[in-house]
Amino acid sequence: MDFLLLLATPVAGAVLLGIFGARKWAPEANVAISLVTFLASCALTARVASEGSLTAAEEQFFIDPFNVFLVTLTALVSFTTSLFSRPYMRIERDHGRVGPAQLRLFHGMYQLFIAAMLIALTTNNMGLMWVAMEAATLSTVLLVTLYRTAASLEAGWKYFILCGVGIAQALFGTILLYFASEKVLGAEGMSALLWTHLNGVKGQLEPTVLILAFVFLLVGYGTKVGLAPLHNWLPDAHAEGPTPISAVLSGLLLNVAIYAVVRCKVLVEGALHSALPSQMLMGFGLVSVVLAAFFLWRQRDIKRLFAYSSIEHMGIITFAFGMGGPVANFAALLHMTVHSLTKSAIFFAVGHAAQKAGTQIMDDIRGLITLSPTVGWGLMLGTIAILGLPPFGVFASEFLILTTAMREQPWATPILLLALGVAFAAIFRRVQPMVFGETSAKQLPHPPALVPVFVHLAMVLMLGLFIPPYLAEWFRRAASLIAGG
Amino acid sequence: MNETGFDLQLLNTFAALLLLSSFAMLSQRRVVTMVNLLALQGVLLGLATLLLAWRTGKGHLYVSGAITLTLKAAFLPWLLHRLIRRLGVYWDSEPLLNIAGTMLVGVLIVIFAFGLAQPISALATTTTRSAIGIAVAVVLLAFLTMITRRKAMSQVVGFLSMENGLFFGAMSATYGMPMIIELGVALDILVAMLVLGVFFFQIREQFDSLDLHHLESLKEEK
Repeated sequence: MDFLLLLATPVAGAVLLGIFGARKWAPEANVAISLVTFLASCALTARVASEGSLTAAEEQFFIDPFNVFLVTLTALVSFTTSLFSRPYMRIERDHGRVGPAQLRLFHGMYQLFIAAMLIALTTNNMGLMWVAMEAATLSTVLLVTLYRTAASLEAGWKYFILCGVGIAQALFGTILLYFASEKVLGAEGMSALLWTHLNGVKGQLEPTVLILAFVFLLVGYGTKVGLAPLHNWLPDAHAEGPTPISAVLSGLLLNVAIYAVVRCKVLVEGALHSALPSQMLMGFGLVSVVLAAFFLWRQRDIKRLFAYSSIEHMGIITFAFGMGGPVANFAALLHMTVHSLTKSAIFFAVGHAAQKAGTQIMDDIRGLITLSPTVGWGLMLGTIAILGLPPFGVFASEFLILTTAMREQPWATPILLLALGVAFAAIFRRVQPMVFGETSAKQLPHPPALVPVFVHLAMVLMLGLFIPPYLAEWFRRAASLIAGG
Repeated sequence: MNETGFDLQLLNTFAALLLLSSFAMLSQRRVVTMVNLLALQGVLLGLATLLLAWRTGKGHLYVSGAITLTLKAAFLPWLLHRLIRRLGVYWDSEPLLNIAGTMLVGVLIVIFAFGLAQPISALATTTTRSAIGIAVAVVLLAFLTMITRRKAMSQVVGFLSMENGLFFGAMSATYGMPMIIELGVALDILVAMLVLGVFFFQIREQFDSLDLHHLESLKEEK
């Protein structure tokens, strides 16, 4: 019941807001729908915590400790983002950047996007996962081009065609996976693409086909994760769309794509009995971290800056999953959580900062703290958190990843440390003058929504100081599940 | 069901024609002709699926053959033609760099594709396993088509041709994917094209052209 509510609410919301999205009450309705989704995810979480993994709809959907925490995170961040988008979109409307048609599109597609991500997370069927991932891309293409500017159209086109081609590779990988599993599980019935069944027989799957499948799946879903060198679409799409979309793209969609990669890795590693998938993940991860760290120096647009920071963090997470083992997986899951919370909080603050300054160019944003201490401090604290300074949660997860790397992959540690240092300097030198210094900002017609920023940051702070036992237990179970326990 | 029956030869003919149409697309300058070639691919794919359905007696292949014929042979080409007319890009053509060179690369790609498909074909138990190499070749040729084009419309045609190749691959390796997946994929393709239609009008409103030269301002060295 709670599960049905979880998936049906955003779908129904998409239809409702697609029709009435331009009404005065639409932003509030958006918040209410997201809240119902979030409550349903909480109920589901409680049920999984007490009863263990469960399946639904003839095993087409399943919930285990790994995806249930991502479902809750997705529902939470989509709820807080809807809180943020309420004043943000009103200000954009008052500035004349969006009309009623765009508001309808925004609200309808926002809910559809959430629905697609939740389906991708909860489905047991690898084919259905592909369909949902593609749907998540399609629902956001027109949101990236919402402002109809030349730059946003370019970003939307890149997003569409690069992710389209990327995800076509993943489809080929899925076909190969089906090809291998059909020999073991049989084509009759629906079980040949169900992850739970595949996981049970992964030792019998044909290794030569699976390694080929994994290459295509990694390239395909890796494009969506934004792994270098397939990351070209990401900074553009994050920078040119409306900021609520940047927040959910960066905070949620990248997580869902990583989730897909990890699910595939578990299967392939079980079939191969070799470290090749892990090495590929580590390689892609490291290249992404290094490349993103150096690209950070060349950015002038604040949203592009934090988009590159997302690529860097996705690289760290991919590297950690590549190392494998309970500790690295635990750290990677923790990092996914804190990155998602921190990055969306930063985008909330950045969104209002850019509205106040009337520009996204960093050189023109100055002295936020004099005019609006909350926006200024939100941005500053968010930046400190994302850069991995203690006592925030990002520090805890990066520390765990680095210490594991020292023990298991010593060669990679100096590269990681160097990249983290470079990224630190690049971001800090940019954000510091934006927050302090002479002001150039102006007042906004609607009070900005800053509660989500500080709620997120408080949660990240808490995760840095103390991880509640039930959450730690949950991460641990998910980590051992991924490690093949 | 012998291995050299007339129906199997017919299937192989369809596969060969599919590969040929990919090459034709690669060397084609005019967008309208590319769409016609795409429609031809759709027809070949649909007929091959129906033939395979009759040969193997699998009910779900009839359905997916019917979907292929309606969607890929009729509806999508119609939609693209309509877009071309409405956008007024009927006479658009591409200044291709070097057709002979591109074709040569295409031939190399086909050889590579057969090499790539070798381990899969060796393991396949379907009677159509020899066509897997062709499917991979169609996918890679479509990729090459996309890389060498500058116009948005031709890139989309390349994208759809790639999807045709993937579909053909699924069919020849495993007699198609489970029904629910095929329906989902078809739905995604359909929605993608509708999104694209909206998107093209936005691009044209902004630039008065569908040439992708305009879409190259977002670079890093700003």
